[in-house]
Amino acid sequence: MTGLLRIEDLSVTYRTEEGDVPAVRGVDLAVDAGEVLGIAGESGSGKSTLASTVLRLQPSSARVSGSVRVDGSDVLTMRWGELRALRWAGASIVFQGAQHSLNPVRRVGTQIAEPLRVHDPRATDDTVTSRVGELLEQVGLPAARAAAYPHQLSGGQRQRVMIAMALACRPALVLADEPTTALDVMVQAQVLALLSGLVRELGVGMVLISHDLSVLADMCDRIAVMYAGRVVEQGPAAEVFEASLHPYAGALSAAFPRVGDPAARFAPAGLPGDPPDPRYLPSGCSFAPRCSRAVDACREQVPPLEEKRPGHAAACIRVGEP
Amino acid sequence: MSAGTEARRLARRRRAQSWRHGWREFRRNRSGMAGAVVLTLFVVMALAAPLIADADGLSVTRATGGVLESPSGAYPLGTDDNGRSVLTLLIWGSRISLLVGLLATVISILIGTTVGLLSGYFGGWPGAVLFRLTEWFLVIPFLPLAIVLATVLGRSLVNIAIVIGVTSWPGTALLIRSQTLSIKQRAYVDRSRALGGGHGHLLARHVLPNVMPLVFANTTLTVAVAILSETTLSFLGLGDPTRVSWGSMLQDAFQVGAITTGSWWFIVPPGLCVVLVVLSFTLVGQALESVLNPRLRERR
Amino acid sequence: MSLPAAADPGVGAALEPPAATGRPRGYGRYALGKVAGSLASLGFVLVVNFFLFRVLPGDPARTLGRGRFTTDEQLDAFNETYGLDQPLPQQFLTFLGNTLTGDLGVSLRYRVPVSELIWDRLWPTLMLVGTATLFAALIGIWLGVHAAWRRGGPLDRISTSASLTVYSMPEWWLGLLLIAALSVGIGPLPGLFPTGGLRSVDADPSSLAGVLDTAWHLTLPVFTLTLAYLADYALVMRSSLLDEIGEDYLTTARAKGLRDKVVRNRHAVPNALLPTTTVVALNFGFVVAGAITVETVFSIPGLGLLATEALEVPDYWVLQGVFLVASAAVIVANLAANLLYGLLDPRVRT
Repeated sequence: MTGLLRIEDLSVTYRTEEGDVPAVRGVDLAVDAGEVLGIAGESGSGKSTLASTVLRLQPSSARVSGSVRVDGSDVLTMRWGELRALRWAGASIVFQGAQHSLNPVRRVGTQIAEPLRVHDPRATDDTVTSRVGELLEQVGLPAARAAAYPHQLSGGQRQRVMIAMALACRPALVLADEPTTALDVMVQAQVLALLSGLVRELGVGMVLISHDLSVLADMCDRIAVMYAGRVVEQGPAAEVFEASLHPYAGALSAAFPRVGDPAARFAPAGLPGDPPDPRYLPSGCSFAPRCSRAVDACREQVPPLEEKRPGHAAACIRVGEP
Repeated sequence: MSAGTEARRLARRRRAQSWRHGWREFRRNRSGMAGAVVLTLFVVMALAAPLIADADGLSVTRATGGVLESPSGAYPLGTDDNGRSVLTLLIWGSRISLLVGLLATVISILIGTTVGLLSGYFGGWPGAVLFRLTEWFLVIPFLPLAIVLATVLGRSLVNIAIVIGVTSWPGTALLIRSQTLSIKQRAYVDRSRALGGGHGHLLARHVLPNVMPLVFANTTLTVAVAILSETTLSFLGLGDPTRVSWGSMLQDAFQVGAITTGSWWFIVPPGLCVVLVVLSFTLVGQALESVLNPRLRERR
Repeated sequence: MSLPAAADPGVGAALEPPAATGRPRGYGRYALGKVAGSLASLGFVLVVNFFLFRVLPGDPARTLGRGRFTTDEQLDAFNETYGLDQPLPQQFLTFLGNTLTGDLGVSLRYRVPVSELIWDRLWPTLMLVGTATLFAALIGIWLGVHAAWRRGGPLDRISTSASLTVYSMPEWWLGLLLIAALSVGIGPLPGLFPTGGLRSVDADPSSLAGVLDTAWHLTLPVFTLTLAYLADYALVMRSSLLDEIGEDYLTTARAKGLRDKVVRNRHAVPNALLPTTTVVALNFGFVVAGAITVETVFSIPGLGLLATEALEVPDYWVLQGVFLVASAAVIVANLAANLLYGLLDPRVRT
């Protein structure tokens, strides 16, 4: 079976003047039609790079290996024409920070209409206009707001516009990259509820990226936890949140008891130290230097991601030990 | 007391270190280095003018060549309308062009830095007034103002430098002002103020040293503009009539119709020298800027 | 479908008619502020003008009439005519009144009112600079866009170093070289263009042949000024597009499946054009200043040549008039640039 999204052994390395910076290191992920996968991790864990690589939007300085398949076709090797056809119509993105992701000098209606016209050259002005209005109403905005410029909307409204835009071409897959950062806590909850409601209603597959494990637990079927460019734990959402196997996932779920506390994002409570500099990763398990349960063996070899319970895998040799 | 000298020595060592680091960065900038080499050659030429070319060659009455002779063994760049060697004029002209350029720059940078520092440092109405003044001066078109000033003041070497200096400072002032504003926000300035440091102390000890590198980079860019301005004003006949500069050579060439007679040797070399020197100053200035401001380095 | 929309504080506000009340007030206030600023600048220019011509020279009559007066009676008559015997504040008021009513004095050389002289000479200058600005803006923007979009590529390297070189060149020297090469001719090659002036002696300016003849005469000067401005616009456009290239909304546009060219032309360029438009409009204000040397070299009877001719006399009232017009042009262009920016950028407009 092909599945909606299949990522196999994906590695992304940025080449910079100061040397190579590995952002994603050998990640395997799968999303089936209508399924919602959550990806959790701190800033710099490689989750945003992962999302942009799915549509081959990574900067040209990035070196990519492995494979990314959407509906069975390999995104990394397909021709530009195919890629353009896949972008937005096959899979779309809700970017973080709608403030900067919308063009400041174009009306939001025009921006929502743009992919409609690109992917259906025969679309008439009338059908496009009515579709834009329909999309805006779907995300709880009056159709007349199409005439507004981004700066005339509130942060929550802009994010709603981003969601409407992402759903415009009825894609089978939506990638939501921290769709609610920089929003008030109340608005965050509303936007997330809107997003998950629409995704379920339209039967769209989604990859939801967040640093907040509790949010993911609410909205996702499965969760993958990333640390320093690798998936360290993957399993059913509730199980990862409530009965995590990897010590890092445990620290994450302890750190986010409620929705959106911006301070906690950078320093999860109870977790000493900082995420490692990707240029100088420690040998063995990357998490070992911050791990309270680390033993000598952890620093010697990289633990493989293994199924520890049915459908629930973790990359830690200490799972099951006292 | 010893703690004070220790701190001073540390500060000095740190400054020396950052200069060394900057020099290393600068050397990596190829166009900046090329500019520096060309400039060095021109400066050597200007300084050594009495050794390379006899000053007698500047005298109209003692000229030995024919009128507008084309280049030959005796006159590598031909002669002008008075029979003087163009090469000699070019070498001696470099002194006036560089001198006026530097003098004008000193004036411009002094005014610009002072106004910029004060308008950035003092909030409230004194700062606002100075800022407005800067903006107004920015609006006055340079060449008409320079022409008027030069006419009113009279034509001399110092006057032309003053004219260029007082018309070209607003850009520097705006740059220094914005830098001063950002330095004023830094914690150590607050701390020094809390410890009772007066305005003079704060400006001299904290603001000025931090603004200096920028002033330095801006100076080289200003010299480029000043030399260009000197050439243009001299070409319009507003330079010192008793001295030869690249601009006045071109004025001569234009007036005696060197173009219609096809005397390219009288037109091309002075202009080429101007382009080389101005371009070199610009390249060096840009290289300095990118050393001092890494964000710009991405740009070029 | 149950949506938590009503709870979003922004949505309630969204139900109001969009910005129908906000728009005129926002732009109106912005425009009013800019107009007031320009009037203040104009006032400053008038003060500078007065200072330059009446205060700085010390004894204006002597300086202004250098060598012109042989007797004291002549000097007194001059002083009286121009009100130079009055105290300075009184003089300033007279000057202000005269200037505002368009009385700029009488040319010492041509014996006609300076305002008439300026009006006559304005058109060649506008024609020359306007055409050059148009060409330079079009080509410069094109170059800047392509250089920035493929930064470090061959076009970028060539156009950037060429721009820097032209930037370091006195534009009138470039004009001299062009005259020498294309008007006079090199060696056996004949000259292709006239060496100067606005029309041939026997041309009838109202006929088609006359118009073509003028265009023929303007080719080299326009080309010279175009090159000079071009360098500026190409560098400005390049750097403002480079500022946009890292922006997130371009990633959004790419993610939508737009072609690279469409991303560039529909999204990146309009944003980057905003600062460039301002620079172009601003530069147009320096028309007179920019035309001075080129008009001199090509002997085009515009404001610039008027200024250099006045230098030789020296014809102070003409110089003063040209200075005034030149400064006013900058202020007007400045205002136009600001108003235009406000119209083009919805963030200012609404």
